[in-house]
Amino acid sequence: MIMMQGFQMDLISERRLNEMTPVEKVRFIIDEVKEGKILVLEKGLSPEEEASLIEMTMTLIEPDGFSGIEMESYPSEVDTSFLGKILKRNITKSRLTVIGPADQLKTLKKDRNMISALISNYK
Amino acid sequence: MGVIKRFKKNFSDLFNKLFKKQNARIGIYGPPNAGKTTLANRILRDWTGDAMGSVSHIPHETRRARRREGVTIKTNSNSLTLDIIDTPGLATKIDFHEFMEQGMDETESKRRAKEATEGVIEAVKWLDNLDGVILVMDATEDPFTQVNVTVIGNMEARSLPLLIVANKVDLPESSPSTIRDAFPQHPMVAISALEGKNIDTFYEEIAKRFG
Ligand SMILES: Nc1nc2c(ncn2[C@@H]2O[C@H](COP(=O)(O)OP(=O)(O)OP(=O)(O)O)[C@@H](O)[C@H]2O)c(=O)[nH]1
Ligand SMILES: [Mg+2]
Repeated sequence: MIMMQGFQMDLISERRLNEMTPVEKVRFIIDEVKEGKILVLEKGLSPEEEASLIEMTMTLIEPDGFSGIEMESYPSEVDTSFLGKILKRNITKSRLTVIGPADQLKTLKKDRNMISALISNYK
Repeated sequence: MGVIKRFKKNFSDLFNKLFKKQNARIGIYGPPNAGKTTLANRILRDWTGDAMGSVSHIPHETRRARRREGVTIKTNSNSLTLDIIDTPGLATKIDFHEFMEQGMDETESKRRAKEATEGVIEAVKWLDNLDGVILVMDATEDPFTQVNVTVIGNMEARSLPLLIVANKVDLPESSPSTIRDAFPQHPMVAISALEGKNIDTFYEEIAKRFG
């Protein structure tokens, strides 16, 4: 846990994430972000989990309250190994993900190898 | 043709008429303002003569998914009939203040924001009922966004075909190559939905991917 400028940033290990079911993961992320925390997930969400996180976010948006999330992750890497090919599993690995409240994570920029976050003091 | 063969053929024609195989359902996805409805309107105008919906520079103009059934697209090599779904722009945040900045009053802005959140949910739900996706990106904007990553990931997880459209290439600041570099594993076509630039290549790609 790192405190910076009054903001809490939690780094969530892959192990912790693996212990949660998809529903629990989405609920956990939303609860944390609604409290104003910024989360860094060691292992990203699956595409389906990302989709349900977006859905859940939309249901919780309120005028003058929660306005949504800012989130950046890397696309999953395509498994081109032999085993990956015969199992027809395109997706094996998801990567680092940063999620925070939209009104505080003002810009979240990404390129191939770096996600940079600008955290704002002002709401 | 023998009697039995002819009977079989007539029977299968009748069968096809009665229980017509469903058209492939292709969703047009992307962030707000990417030009999804502009593209849907162009497709419909080119092949059916009507239109899909209204277009605006204000984000979240489309707040309900719209389906147009039985759009037949003919290319040099192929002819295919699709159901086209124009979806509301996907977003991870919606702030009613942004509508107020566009000159709407507070009540109207809050109503729009609410409708926009419902639209996003509808678009996400549609992902479960598609046979393919046209993902529209504004080529003047950064393509590395969560919305793009999520749509692509969901299509990959379902092993469904995806065509990326780098739109607005009529604008001098557009950079379709940035989009291609960002998602090199998927086919991409650079177009202007507004001016129709490169639209024939787009239809060829549709026939290739969804035919
Ligand atoms: N220059 C240029 N502008 C375009 C192009 N396509 C769309 N636009 C403009 O972009 C704006 C948004 O277009 P829409 O078609 O409403 O975008 P959308 O993706 O349907 O947006 P939402 O429904 O809000 O999600 C409008 O002002 C269009 O005129 C294009 O190829 N070139
Ligand atoms: Mg639209």
